[in-house]
Amino acid sequence: MATTLHCDIVSAEKSIFSGSVEMIVATGVLGDLGIVPGHAALLTQLIPGPVKLTMEGGAEEIFYVSGGFLEVQPGVTTLLADTAERAEDLDEAAATKAIEEAEQEIADRQADFDYGSAAARIAEAAAQLRALRQHKR
Amino acid sequence: MAVGKEIRTQISSIKNTQKITSAMEMVAASKMRKAQDRMELGKPYAQRIRAVIGHIAHATPEYHHVFFDTREVKRVGYIVVSTDRGLCGGLNTNLFKATVAAMKANRDANIEVDVCAIGAKSMNFFKNFGGNVLASVRDMGEKPEAADIVGVVKVMLDKFENGELDQVFVVSNEFVNTMTQKPTVQQLLPLEPSDEDELKGHWDYLYEPDAQELLDGLLDRYIESQVYQAVVENNACEQAARMIAMKNATDNAGDLIDNLQLVYNKARQAAITQELSEIVGGASAV
Repeated sequence: MATTLHCDIVSAEKSIFSGSVEMIVATGVLGDLGIVPGHAALLTQLIPGPVKLTMEGGAEEIFYVSGGFLEVQPGVTTLLADTAERAEDLDEAAATKAIEEAEQEIADRQADFDYGSAAARIAEAAAQLRALRQHKR
Repeated sequence: MAVGKEIRTQISSIKNTQKITSAMEMVAASKMRKAQDRMELGKPYAQRIRAVIGHIAHATPEYHHVFFDTREVKRVGYIVVSTDRGLCGGLNTNLFKATVAAMKANRDANIEVDVCAIGAKSMNFFKNFGGNVLASVRDMGEKPEAADIVGVVKVMLDKFENGELDQVFVVSNEFVNTMTQKPTVQQLLPLEPSDEDELKGHWDYLYEPDAQELLDGLLDRYIESQVYQAVVENNACEQAARMIAMKNATDNAGDLIDNLQLVYNKARQAAITQELSEIVGGASAV
């Protein structure tokens, strides 16, 4: 059986990654999922979170996606991200600040406060931090 | 000297026109580069999502989405993507020719046609030509945003869902290279399976969380990305076509000026010769 599968990561703005990998770990709506060669056809929605690719030979690369769709076909996996970035391009300070700001907004909320938007911002920034932490390890 | 006053004014007016066209050429060239970049950046996503949809159309899903329905064709819709401004050569004309040819083929087969116009030029064209325009949008500028287009496209999608339209096409220009733009008619709905043979047979995806929610989201995203990509690509075409058209106009103005200059010089020389011979004639008479 093949030991690698082809993986494409594209965001609405650009193509982020295309190549053979041994394993993909992504964050689906129902939890993390790992894809190895020979996985059954699968279609899932992604939530903000890190995506870990294990290259041939064991090297790892971490990406951050802000949500999107993941399609698994025999031998080919396509990740359609809303926005995607390499973990090393993420800005830790900005993410931490975004969390603080959103939490502050929740703390002293006004009448027209949009809880959903603040919660989404926290989730995204937290996911970025998770991706960064994985990247540093 | 009164000789050739008209010619001189004509030359200077053509020179002014030439300045304008050459400025427009340079502006279009720089805008084209940006528009081309935008087009290239969006392309991978549009292609991948297209491939994914092609795969889904092969599957035998537990939830059947209406966008995959192939019905007997009684009424079709065209989303016509044109430019907002003119002076871009035959770009829009060629596009409308292709549209009208496709519409005529449908009318001959007793199929009704509805239109959704994107861009000022196609709005005006169908106002004069007489098409049933359901929705239109214009003035999206050089950086069109998906949000601008979603509204009008939704009109067509709703009609398709209600069964009022049986097919939806997107007509737009394809950017082949700077010199060539090709009008294309592309089927948007119903979604067609890709022609990969190994996917035939009875199979289905695993869906997380469930098929309906997932497919609804994915298909909306798909339609949006396809139409958006068509608009962005048409924008690159517009700038390229304008650049070429303005380059030709500048060259033609140069030719005109050369010719007029020649005529002017001849007239001036003739006048001088005449004056001289008059003086010589006058002197010898004394």
